[in-house]
Amino acid sequence: MTAATRIRRRRAVDGRLGGTASALLLAPFLVLMLVAFVYPLVDLLLISVLEPAPTLENYRRVFAEPVYGRVFLRTVWISLLTAVCALILAFPVAYLMSRSRGLFAGMLAACVLLPFWSSVLVRTAAWSVMLGREGMVNTTLKGLGLIEAPLQLLYTQGAVIIGMTHVLMPFMVLPLYGTLRAIPDDYARAAALLGASRFRVFAEVIVPIAMPGIISGFLIVFLTALGFFITPTLLGSPQEQMIVTLISQQVREVLDWPFAAAVVSLLTALVLAIAFLFNRFLAFDKVLGGGR
Amino acid sequence: MSAAAHTPARRRPDAAAWGMRAFVYAVLVFLLLPTLIIVPMSFSVKDYLEFPPTGFTLRWYAEYFADRRWRAATLLSLEIAVLTTFCTMIVGTMVTYVMVRGRVLFRGAFNLLLMGPIIVPHIAMAVGLYLFLKPIGLAGSVAGFVAAHTVLALPFFVFTVAASLSQIDPALEQAAMSCGCSRPRAFVNVTLPLIVPSVLSGGLFAFIISFDEPTIAFFLSGIRDRTLPRRMFENIEHGLTPELPAIATLLTLLSIAILAGVALLNLWASRHKTAATRE
Repeated sequence: MTAATRIRRRRAVDGRLGGTASALLLAPFLVLMLVAFVYPLVDLLLISVLEPAPTLENYRRVFAEPVYGRVFLRTVWISLLTAVCALILAFPVAYLMSRSRGLFAGMLAACVLLPFWSSVLVRTAAWSVMLGREGMVNTTLKGLGLIEAPLQLLYTQGAVIIGMTHVLMPFMVLPLYGTLRAIPDDYARAAALLGASRFRVFAEVIVPIAMPGIISGFLIVFLTALGFFITPTLLGSPQEQMIVTLISQQVREVLDWPFAAAVVSLLTALVLAIAFLFNRFLAFDKVLGGGR
Repeated sequence: MSAAAHTPARRRPDAAAWGMRAFVYAVLVFLLLPTLIIVPMSFSVKDYLEFPPTGFTLRWYAEYFADRRWRAATLLSLEIAVLTTFCTMIVGTMVTYVMVRGRVLFRGAFNLLLMGPIIVPHIAMAVGLYLFLKPIGLAGSVAGFVAAHTVLALPFFVFTVAASLSQIDPALEQAAMSCGCSRPRAFVNVTLPLIVPSVLSGGLFAFIISFDEPTIAFFLSGIRDRTLPRRMFENIEHGLTPELPAIATLLTLLSIAILAGVALLNLWASRHKTAATRE
């Protein structure tokens, strides 16, 4: 028996697909990813340093001109606030979901999942109507006698935080739910039997066990918010630019492609660096299932 | 007094528990509010957006369907979404099969590539594709959109199908092969029918991801070829017109239909599984 047939026999026994067949089946995927994902990103990096002539001037500009530094800091700050808001809103929802059964649990899940799978633009449009000068929020506040004149709510950082929290909250609920569901009821019961107050049960039992979910949800929301395009563009303030609005302005209006490419590369590098740093916490699988 | 009386989980819900419930309901209102607001607005008889709406009319739906530009945008998005769904299902099933049953060299790099589109900001992909496709005249092309949307949808698809494929005993396929089936035939006749629900779920995910995709559409769309999300974006940017709530309502119905479809497929899959284990 030749070595080749021996190997073939062994494969037939363990049932795994051979190396050549595997490679062939993977080929379309690899070609697609290289052409439509890897190459465009590498191309950006090349454009940012090579056009019109080899230079690091574009990067120098981002770091040297204070206005761009402020754009980056503002974006990081707003993304952090969004992640904090999403965590505060999502935790009780995920907790109740994890302790519920039957129809009620299904209803809770539907409330969280419907936004997850519905159009970002639809939701942003709704916020833009609700936060407008004559929008529901202003008329309600006026009706309650809390304000005299309508507030400027739309086109502010507050609107961006509200809109992004709304869009990204399901990304927080799903990983939290995953870890909270795994905590048996007995833990809280045992702690309470030993005399712990509700708050101590929460702070010293539930939160520490749920920490991987908390960190994972927080990071997913924060990283997504950093590069989130729609909400800052449609609800944000034109005076207080964020990274994404700076990029679209450079690409579409200023037409300074090399500079835009440099800003995009820096944003991508920032996101990837954080993702690698906290790699072990990023449970993307919880989100990828769409909460099934 | 029994021990159960001491256990807090059995205790009657107190103020803290009710407080948490009230907070959760408030959050759910916050989550659903935009949808609850925009749906009734689509039926308002007034020419401007108002809430609460006055009267009832289907005029804005009629105007949306009658408008040539909205229709063109919708058809373009539909074409892209259908093609994306097919590409994702074919390429994705091949990838998933190799991941679960085959040999992947450099698994770390492979996982990175697969998850990349989830981590890398969509705007980076969008600008990268724009600067790459624009000079070669493919910026607004259907092929460009389909390729980009397939990249975005693949992680969702592969994850969904891998979860189901890894539950299927490889011995089933081997048995078919030892009876003389080739591997492709064994896959198509034995394994594929067992994972069909998850393949279809993943396909639905891919469809909605593509149909609702706004960021890549914003950068890649040309003057003529605008997808539905691209036109909606413009409409919102320039202060919404009354057709927009009607479109938003239709899109929300589509999302509900997709979610319901996925739920039914899950149900089907679990029936499948119980049937398979019973045999």
